[in-house]
Amino acid sequence: MEITCKINNVEKRLVFEPHEKLLDVLRREGYYGVKFGCGNGDCGACTILVNGKAVKSCIMFAAQAKDKEITTIEGLSTHENPHPVQKAFVDAGAVQCGYCTPGMIISAKALLDRNPRPTEDEIKEALEGNLCRCTGYVKIIGAVELASQRMRGGKR
Amino acid sequence: MSKIFKGKTVGQSVEKIDSLALSQGKPLFTDDFKVEGMLHAKFLWSPHAHARIKNIDTSAAEALPGVHAVICYKNVPRVMHTTAGQGWPEPSPYDTTMFDNKVRYVGDRVAAVAADTEEIAEKALQLIKVSYEPLEPVFDLEHAMDKGAPVIHDEPDCKYILPLVYEPKSNHCAHIDLDVGNIERGLKEADFVIKRKFKTHYGQHCAMEPHACICYFEPNGRLVIRSTTQVPFHTRRIVAQCLQIPERMIRVIKPRLGGGFGSKQEILFEEVCALLALRTKRPVRLVYDRKEVFVSSRTRHPMAFWMETGVKKDGTLSAIKMKVISNTGAYGSHGMTVMSNCCAKALPLYRCPNIQFIGDTVYTNLPQAGAFRGYGVFQASFVMGILMDEMAEAVEMDPLEFWRKNTIREGESHPIFERVGEVGKGIAMVIKSCALPECLEKGATAFGWKEKRAKYKKQPAGPIRYGVGMACNAHGAGVPKIDMASAFAKMNDDGSFNLLISAADIGTGSDTVMAQIFAEALDIPMEDVIVFSADTDLTPFDRGAYASGTTYCTGMAIVKMADKIKDQILTVAADMLDEPKGNLRIENKSVVSTKNKKKVEFHKIAKQALYVNNQFQIAAIASNASAIPPQSYSANFVEVAVDTETGEVKVLSYVVALDCGTAINPKLAEGQAEGAILQAVSYALTEQYHFDKNGRMLNPSFGRYKIFSTSDIPKIKAILVPSYEPSGPFGAKSIGELCIDCVLPAISNAIYNAIGIRLYETPFTPEVVLKALKEKQSKM
Repeated sequence: MEITCKINNVEKRLVFEPHEKLLDVLRREGYYGVKFGCGNGDCGACTILVNGKAVKSCIMFAAQAKDKEITTIEGLSTHENPHPVQKAFVDAGAVQCGYCTPGMIISAKALLDRNPRPTEDEIKEALEGNLCRCTGYVKIIGAVELASQRMRGGKR
Repeated sequence: MSKIFKGKTVGQSVEKIDSLALSQGKPLFTDDFKVEGMLHAKFLWSPHAHARIKNIDTSAAEALPGVHAVICYKNVPRVMHTTAGQGWPEPSPYDTTMFDNKVRYVGDRVAAVAADTEEIAEKALQLIKVSYEPLEPVFDLEHAMDKGAPVIHDEPDCKYILPLVYEPKSNHCAHIDLDVGNIERGLKEADFVIKRKFKTHYGQHCAMEPHACICYFEPNGRLVIRSTTQVPFHTRRIVAQCLQIPERMIRVIKPRLGGGFGSKQEILFEEVCALLALRTKRPVRLVYDRKEVFVSSRTRHPMAFWMETGVKKDGTLSAIKMKVISNTGAYGSHGMTVMSNCCAKALPLYRCPNIQFIGDTVYTNLPQAGAFRGYGVFQASFVMGILMDEMAEAVEMDPLEFWRKNTIREGESHPIFERVGEVGKGIAMVIKSCALPECLEKGATAFGWKEKRAKYKKQPAGPIRYGVGMACNAHGAGVPKIDMASAFAKMNDDGSFNLLISAADIGTGSDTVMAQIFAEALDIPMEDVIVFSADTDLTPFDRGAYASGTTYCTGMAIVKMADKIKDQILTVAADMLDEPKGNLRIENKSVVSTKNKKKVEFHKIAKQALYVNNQFQIAAIASNASAIPPQSYSANFVEVAVDTETGEVKVLSYVVALDCGTAINPKLAEGQAEGAILQAVSYALTEQYHFDKNGRMLNPSFGRYKIFSTSDIPKIKAILVPSYEPSGPFGAKSIGELCIDCVLPAISNAIYNAIGIRLYETPFTPEVVLKALKEKQSKM
């Protein structure tokens, strides 16, 4: 199969077998920031944005990406200029092993895009589908709160 | 109150050095890597818990286009070894070979295939014809050593390479016993004797990154193993052993790791990936899926305990009698040491003159246990934590007071230190740093222990009952006389340093912590330390990441190495400033004279040494072997709500006050505590392995093996209470495992406080709680 879609603002042509999941195709294309954790949509390590919505790419067929706008963690920032959510994760000490981090940050960004001032419960709800085994989530929730504050204050 | 260290860099929550790159999804992990011509490998797993393989026919699989190699017991060398990533000689039995003609649990290896794609490899697996002769399985750890029980390891060549008790013909994997004082006298002297049986269950680490390995070749034919390993050097040694090739032919690279928690302290499948690469002369990739991680990596050792403890009316502990049987599953990886740690690392917390320990480890036809954060101390702390609560109640003391009275203090020793170590005899040790009394005080205050105890004594009637519980523990740092770590650094033209270590940062932040120690020692900023870990070709030997030993053991190697570097720097500076070395000291990336204002910066010293006069590379290596295992301490307080209609237990808040010596990086230390606590809360309340009657795990997915997500979490607060450990780097001890140990007993004690029911078996699921409530009601 062959489709076109936009990945991180770049037009892309993807070629794959009909049964292939978007996660596998993205990784094959070099988007290694999209992680495999479970293959069942349970852990959220493979979370990406599809037309601005956080989606688990391991349970999405690659074919479903046709004509969609996809954002992976690589599309959020440049090395020199990290996204405020990324910066907040670093500053809050929310990154331990870092394997869940890209998916977690994508989910957090999707939340803050639609709700710039989330409550703690709203943050917990938005990140519910992203499992982390290192942090106990304490500093991750703190990071999202920090990002929310900074983004509203216009600081990066 | 002991000395407290706060430095320019040590003691500061500096940014974790890899966190920005990780947050940006940079390709840093084992599987974020492609090699031209890479094949994909898959395992065929046993559907039987216990069976003899009568024959394997791999011809159809081999004939499938795209298949490059099929290996099974028929075409691999039979080398008995242990998969435990421990130092040599390993204290785990050599009871494993790459592939055997016998399978010992559902999920044991039968064969492996390397093919052009994963799909072809999977198709090939279906074409392998295996004829099994099923054997009777052994599932119950309490009956594994029964006379006439089926023998799991009946092969003649299984053995320990150390003189340890081993009776595989009765499924007996290990035995340790110990007597301190006189247990009979201790029990007789007691005014109250409490006798209980306890059980802990199977659990999995659930590191978010599944186990992965990629093998490829250097142009000269040397084998490179890129692997999710906590133990690069043990991996190199054991793969060399399995493949019967010299270590010099192997290079092991540890990239960033997506968590380990002990599950990657194993030579899990690196030798299979390597053999497939050697057979096909192609790069090979082998990655577990989540189901394989659950079933065919490693688990926590389930245990059964038979306990008797004695206490005098005045609240003095007089006897601890611990008998334990640990279930190591089908193979004995870490089987002896996890069991012995129930005594060696857990019991020296208690000021008790009479202690008896009898520990056995048994084989069963269930998934393989292995190293898991807590490593025996976790299981033993559950048992002791509840008994301490019961004894406090018996003598009508507040648990807080009872713990304070009966736990070890600074300046004291414990006979167990000398009598038993993780491996054989232990090391005598006097406690030089112990802030447990302060932890008890600060934790109780922050939690509101007294207020909450009083409040919940008189709670209004209703279906939700509230309660609070507490427990304490000690966790020793590393394995003395066995652990060794080394560190190397060299100075660059600009006065910066490359710090080369093999401490395996598995996500804990140890690279950052090691850089902080080095920066502190040389009085340089963090950005001048370029850390690299780990590559067995480039970085010097280190035991790896386990036993709460990295900060303590590797950290001290860095301190020693930095002393040598300092000396070299001063030698060059003395020449440049024309001052005796004794007048010089290092300050803020320069050398200054204490006699006059003369000063020379590091970058000038570096250039002088590299290019100008008496040329040499400023560089040093140092090693550190741990002499003692100083204990870290924690006091844990938890508040629960029990729904008596559904049986659901909710943890509302959790406070831990902990003494890890100097916290090199407080934020990272807190992160270790918070993560460990939630990992254990999740294990206590929801996580469990469900097996069918044939020993097959029924729930190998996150959908059905529930680990906590953000929606389930309590309020967790970690309070760092400093102490200063003279044998550690800048006073540091350890933090990796400390805070996982006491979650189970604290919750069980809180449940008792809420509903008057003691739970002696884990987990505390709604079914268990509801059943206990019904039993209690029927007795009333």
